[in-house]
Amino acid sequence: MSIEPATLPVRSGEDVVRVRQAVRSVAMDLGFSLVDQTKVITAASELARNTLTYGGGGEVRIERLMEGAKRVGVRLTFEDRGQGIPNIELALTDGYTSGNGLGLGLNGARKLSHEFDIWSQPGVGTRVTITRWK
Amino acid sequence: MNRLASRLPAIVEQHQTEILAEWVKLQLESGAWRAGRLQESQLRDESNRFLNLFSRTLASGSMDTRSAQWSDVRDFLADLSRSRATQGFSPSQVATFVFSLKQPLFARLRASLGGEPDAVADASWEATLLLDALGLYTTEMYQQARESVITRQQEELIELSTPVVELWPGILALPLIGTLDSERTQVVMETLLQRLVATGSSIAVIDITGVPTVDTLVAQHLLKTVSAAQLMGADCIISGIRPQIAQTIVHLGIDLSAVATKASLSDAFALALKRRNLMVVPTSNTTAAARG
Amino acid sequence: MDRVPILRLGDCLLVTVQVDMHDELAMALQDDLTNKIVQSKARGVLIDISALEMVDSFIGRMLGNIAAMSRILDAQTVVVGMQPAVAITLVELGLSLPGIRTALNVDAGLALLRNMLDRADPNGHVD
Repeated sequence: MSIEPATLPVRSGEDVVRVRQAVRSVAMDLGFSLVDQTKVITAASELARNTLTYGGGGEVRIERLMEGAKRVGVRLTFEDRGQGIPNIELALTDGYTSGNGLGLGLNGARKLSHEFDIWSQPGVGTRVTITRWK
Repeated sequence: MNRLASRLPAIVEQHQTEILAEWVKLQLESGAWRAGRLQESQLRDESNRFLNLFSRTLASGSMDTRSAQWSDVRDFLADLSRSRATQGFSPSQVATFVFSLKQPLFARLRASLGGEPDAVADASWEATLLLDALGLYTTEMYQQARESVITRQQEELIELSTPVVELWPGILALPLIGTLDSERTQVVMETLLQRLVATGSSIAVIDITGVPTVDTLVAQHLLKTVSAAQLMGADCIISGIRPQIAQTIVHLGIDLSAVATKASLSDAFALALKRRNLMVVPTSNTTAAARG
Repeated sequence: MDRVPILRLGDCLLVTVQVDMHDELAMALQDDLTNKIVQSKARGVLIDISALEMVDSFIGRMLGNIAAMSRILDAQTVVVGMQPAVAITLVELGLSLPGIRTALNVDAGLALLRNMLDRADPNGHVD
């Protein structure tokens, strides 16, 4: 069950800042520890930058997750209609080792999240979803 | 059922004082109350307040204890459960508070509806359903209260059992004692890093003499803490590694080459002093001789 | 657009990074800093990130770039004030900020810079 997902644009540097602030606000609200807040906003920042730089701009959906009383989390879905990623596996490994921004960002977000999902099709776009539980 | 449903509220309201008196008397007489922990005045007051709320809510016409009309009653019972739980009463003792109202209530119903056995039966049944539901509710609230007390105690225990001490200005020590679990280790490590910043200390000695075993997860947390400290501009020395733990670390394939390790806390302290260009020297002998 | 202020402390430059720096600001900072190092013949750069609640791979790269550019211009860089939560997250990310020296605060950073500069040989090389 989620409550009021919010959708924010990711089309400029200021938008990236706003996304971080919004995610911080939700994480704080859900009672995340400071370290966990930092992890999720860092992951959000990585993906927001990717959406802007490689995806030509897009948007992010921020959802609060509540499964029963104890399991609480936040789910972020970044979506763009950019060039897409031709070879995701390659981006995730090679892009990471070569220091490429896209690969670093994707890997970074993956390491900081409990759940990571990516869909991309060249010429159509990319969607990355991450989830972090409290 | 409508006609009968309206009889319970009226009877409770009209005879509230007598019902209250009998109910309190019954509670005081029963062996369930530890008179030492609960004052009689408090018992009377709480019984009175509950009966008031009960009567008022009955008058609103609702017979569903989960509905909004009953929220005042539920809140009262939740508070009662919480305070009783912290006072050390058992869940059944708390629930008995509600269940014991049945006897005086039924007696009053029999007295008022004497000539109508069906009416007595129906009203008693309604009362039973209501009080059973409320009694069970207090049990649930009691459980929740206990759980939050336990959680809080666990958190306090974690804080108390892992103090960070300042061995010397700029040198902190974290003597870890007991079995480390993943969560406790994370909390402890965050605390250490925060204290490094707060005290402006550049060296922390993490002593694990008092830790019987180290598993992969804990070792990883320790290493991550050392890395984080180094990123921040401080450094860590790990001391008190016992032979068994050294073996475990090698068998687990954990790489400690980036971390300074010393067998004892005192060796680690000496190294920390050296790193800060400090050393311990004996005081002048002539002073001691003069005094002796 | 605001620019990140750069203060002069003797032969060192102090940069206090604000919260939530966006990319254009980061680029402008790199420009301003390199210019100022040359202008003031600064030997040391102190970057105070105590106000940063987050350091991601982009900011990490920016810090690395600043350190590298400064070194080419014969100045040493020290980053100070990293928050514990940020450090823990960077470790989780696997970012090690190679080539960047760090210290707990500005005082410790200045002391470290002094140390590094004093140890430099006549050719200006620091080990």
